[in-house]
Amino acid sequence: MDFTQIVPAMPALWEGMLLTLKMLVLAVSGGVALGTVLALMRLSSNPLLSGLAKTYVNYFRSIPLLLVITWFYLAVPMLLNWITGTFVSVGAFTSCLVAFMMFEAAYYCEIVRAGIQSIPRGQLHAAYAVGMTYGQAMRLIILPQAFRKMMPLLLQQSVILFQDTSLVYAVGLMDFLNTARSKGDIVGLPHEFLIFAGAVYFVISFGASTLVKRLQKRLAV
Amino acid sequence: MNYNWDWNVFFKSTGIGSEIYLDWFISGLGWTIAVALVAWIVALIIGSILGVMRTLPNKAAASFAAGYVELFRNVPLLVQLFVWYFLVPDYLPEQTQIWFKQELAPTTSAYISVVVCLALFTAARVCEQVRTGIQALPKGQSAAALAVGFNQAQMYRHVLLPQAFRIIIPPLTSEFLNIFKNSSVASLIGLMELLAQTKQTAEFTANMFEAFTLATIIYFVLNMSLMGLMSWVERKVRVPGMMGGAK
Repeated sequence: MDFTQIVPAMPALWEGMLLTLKMLVLAVSGGVALGTVLALMRLSSNPLLSGLAKTYVNYFRSIPLLLVITWFYLAVPMLLNWITGTFVSVGAFTSCLVAFMMFEAAYYCEIVRAGIQSIPRGQLHAAYAVGMTYGQAMRLIILPQAFRKMMPLLLQQSVILFQDTSLVYAVGLMDFLNTARSKGDIVGLPHEFLIFAGAVYFVISFGASTLVKRLQKRLAV
Repeated sequence: MNYNWDWNVFFKSTGIGSEIYLDWFISGLGWTIAVALVAWIVALIIGSILGVMRTLPNKAAASFAAGYVELFRNVPLLVQLFVWYFLVPDYLPEQTQIWFKQELAPTTSAYISVVVCLALFTAARVCEQVRTGIQALPKGQSAAALAVGFNQAQMYRHVLLPQAFRIIIPPLTSEFLNIFKNSSVASLIGLMELLAQTKQTAEFTANMFEAFTLATIIYFVLNMSLMGLMSWVERKVRVPGMMGGAK
């Protein structure tokens, strides 16, 4: 085992890590936003809206993430082509990002829904009583409290997503893991680079999970 | 942009013997089930042992299991798969190495790696569920078992585990479903399971949407059937008059 060869590869590995982190941040923001909309739809009294959201969630929760990534990689350019009528090149990053956002939204939706449902109904009634509309009540009263409660779960789900971003390997995107794999093959030390990549993922995920647990204890009432 | 929808594509010949594309999906589904079921059984056994270890008074056993869980939960599945497929075989004893790399069919060695990977990965999750189940039982259960003269092994076998497993059926169900979905990573090391066959069909026929739609339906139906199976198990083993819909 010779780990010294990893040092010269650091700049490339850092580039890979940046791509991984960029994907993570964008996918979490998009996923939480879409997930919140879906959660509000699921809780709506309109059967069409709630049925639609329920189907969306069940659909994405019963198929593998890897299938979504592979499918979107092939389908997103084609769909855009249909819609716009012209050929647009999309690139693996965008199609993976869309796949992660839409897939994770199903999971975030369930977390947000549970969070909203844990807020006493009196809060909503009180908001209506002081003359707020549904939108205002959600935005100013319910969601801020719900998000505070579910922050640990949302973060834990994001740690899982951080690990799952490595699946972009399937479409050849140069994220952290894929960079480490290809660098390792080039210098002929695939094992060392793989162990290093695994160790980096471990340290980040373990550190983040530990922080989330601490946060959970602090937020616990 | 023209796309030729053709739902009959699955009944067309692949050009290899008398195979039709549907055969590819059936064989892919077979591999997916073969990977997931075997890995699940191993994961249940290892996970249960680890889960029991975490609740033992023995500090060494408990911290070994805790370390195992942290390690396997915080490294991405794909990294673990590469470790089992590319790295570990190089450190096997020479005879085993030759057998694994040369004498086994490539499909078989990929299959073994995926099963080992998914089994150990899922064992960490099963361990946490088993531990939660045991810890959820009232203290009086273990105290009563010891009071009637059971030793520790008897206490786990006759009192704690039969109750703990019943409590954790719902979370175990979702791990059971996950192992089927996670088995799709096998496509990345060349095992022709459902996702790999879908990709191949999409590439061979240019009927991408049909291929992925069929795969989605298969996964969906698989999920629903497994969920149905597990809730049947749950009803079967339920102790009358106890938690969860006492009837």
